[in-house]
Amino acid sequence: MEKLIFKKPEAMTDAVMHYCAGCGHGIVHRLVAEVIDELGIREKVVAVAPVGCAVIAYDYWNFDVTEAAHGRTPAVATGIKRVLPDKVIFTYQGDGDLAAIGTSEIIHSANRAENITVIFVNNGVYGMTGGQMAPTTTVGQKTATTKAGRNIRRDGFPIKISEMLAVLEGTTYIERTAVSSPKEIIKTKKAIKKAFGIQIKNEGFSMVEILATCPTYWGQSSQDACTRIEKELVKTYPLGVLKG
Amino acid sequence: MRKAKGRVRRPDGKRILITGNEACGEGAVQAGLRFYAGYPITPQNELTAYMSRRMLDVGGTFIQAESELAAISMVFGATVAGVRAMTSSSSPGISLKQEGISYLAACELPAVIVNIMRGGPGLGNIAPSQSDYFQATKGGGHGDYHMVVLAPASCQEMLDFTRELFDIADRYRGPVMVLGDGILGQMMEPVIVDRRSSIDVRRESQTTNDKRQTTKSWALTGCKGRKPNVIKSLRLKEGELEAFNEKLEKKYDLIRKREIRFEKYRTEGAKIIIVAYGTSSRIGRASVDRLRKYGIKAGLFRPISLWPFPYEALKKLDKGNTKFLTVEMSAGQMLEDVRLAIEDKSRVHFYGRTGGGIPSEEAIVREAISYKL
Repeated sequence: MEKLIFKKPEAMTDAVMHYCAGCGHGIVHRLVAEVIDELGIREKVVAVAPVGCAVIAYDYWNFDVTEAAHGRTPAVATGIKRVLPDKVIFTYQGDGDLAAIGTSEIIHSANRAENITVIFVNNGVYGMTGGQMAPTTTVGQKTATTKAGRNIRRDGFPIKISEMLAVLEGTTYIERTAVSSPKEIIKTKKAIKKAFGIQIKNEGFSMVEILATCPTYWGQSSQDACTRIEKELVKTYPLGVLKG
Repeated sequence: MRKAKGRVRRPDGKRILITGNEACGEGAVQAGLRFYAGYPITPQNELTAYMSRRMLDVGGTFIQAESELAAISMVFGATVAGVRAMTSSSSPGISLKQEGISYLAACELPAVIVNIMRGGPGLGNIAPSQSDYFQATKGGGHGDYHMVVLAPASCQEMLDFTRELFDIADRYRGPVMVLGDGILGQMMEPVIVDRRSSIDVRRESQTTNDKRQTTKSWALTGCKGRKPNVIKSLRLKEGELEAFNEKLEKKYDLIRKREIRFEKYRTEGAKIIIVAYGTSSRIGRASVDRLRKYGIKAGLFRPISLWPFPYEALKKLDKGNTKFLTVEMSAGQMLEDVRLAIEDKSRVHFYGRTGGGIPSEEAIVREAISYKL
């Protein structure tokens, strides 16, 4: 007799993901789907996909999903949540979407204490457009638009959105995690579950920033990319609960 | 005798003195609007203030957004969820909303956008203008799309057209626009406020108070009892976008057949026809009366739907030697559509004022006489 001990979450479709080998997005997609299954909210969820590598998340998720203009993701989620206060609304955003073009929308949605959940995947580069510098690119990191490495005098500093949002009175829960190892993945899942739980309890704005790998544009193997998160990225972006 | 207790019901058809901006807001509420997001800009601020009050009355949502970009995206979210939603602004703000308008068109989402035009380009001034005609009727945002644009010319029409535009937006699933100007927005006129809605609001729209679900089967409301809905504008597959563009064009062809509106005034036997919309058309009408008094056979053609433009109706007024005088509060934008309709450019003339200037009746009459002679 075969015993089923592991299966695809109901909140995921059978579609084959387009992500590069070693990309963190696939893991985060699955964690979100697992949490949605465990909370039994698949039929109550409306998600807002970003512009960026995760734009076609709706092909992989088995629930209602729409797609915002670049960076307007939390504004779209605001509109949905105000109309459907009993539904669970979340955005899934990369660092370009959330920390560059959508900085205004994320800050003001948080400041209005919108009762939404934000899944913020920070891999420090623009993947979709070919590995350009993101606001979260670390100092010295080489990208398609920082060939000699990010230079603070020319390119400014890595932006720490979670720290910025944590000081706002409108936010309830902000945590930074990583998907660099099984241990960190489990912590990430717990954080996602907590964030959704806060929304379900009507307690306000919740966000999980997830440090994720981009081996393609970091020019590293999947394994080295995971090591880079744990040895280097955490120095700029320390893991842990920033609020709540 | 004791008076009956309880609230006195406001009789239908009561006339009240109200600004055009407020009339526009009331028209939206009557249409079942339950979500409004906006950002302050003159000369449409009365509308935003009115909505902040009326949304409280009807249990809807009012959000003063952090920017026009956010406001239109909030409207995107509300209409994705199936309720009637609106945003308003004035010219510089409408430029910012073009991003969202293009996405609304691409996602086939109904929404009403109000532009109370002011002088431009740039920050321009806060005086009335009609210089966003191109932006409203020829695209504005990126990509192949159109939206129905209605141009009111009175406070009453600000109410009526706005109310009706919600039906049009739902019927064709797309963004639509009320194109007014600073005069229409801020002047006061008696308006018949008919409390009865033109549609069954409860059937069409779910409010935050009303637990009944929207009847829009495409809306995102959680996938209970159905397959997940996806609303998106990215169409990467081979031929996918072209097929969608063709679908949109078919829809636009239908709109071109069904939604053309215009008004003719004293055009019978007219040798010179003034073509004007919105505020300009009111001055044009007065000019026609004066020209007729002088014995000059003048008439007025007023496009009401600026897109779709009433090309055929205008062309019918051309008797081969008829002269046309286009009057606008711009450097000549609708003029191009009038030329397209008449084809013979030598008989299409233009008089316009820019930068917040308003064409005077005297100036229009003078122009008309000069072309007539």
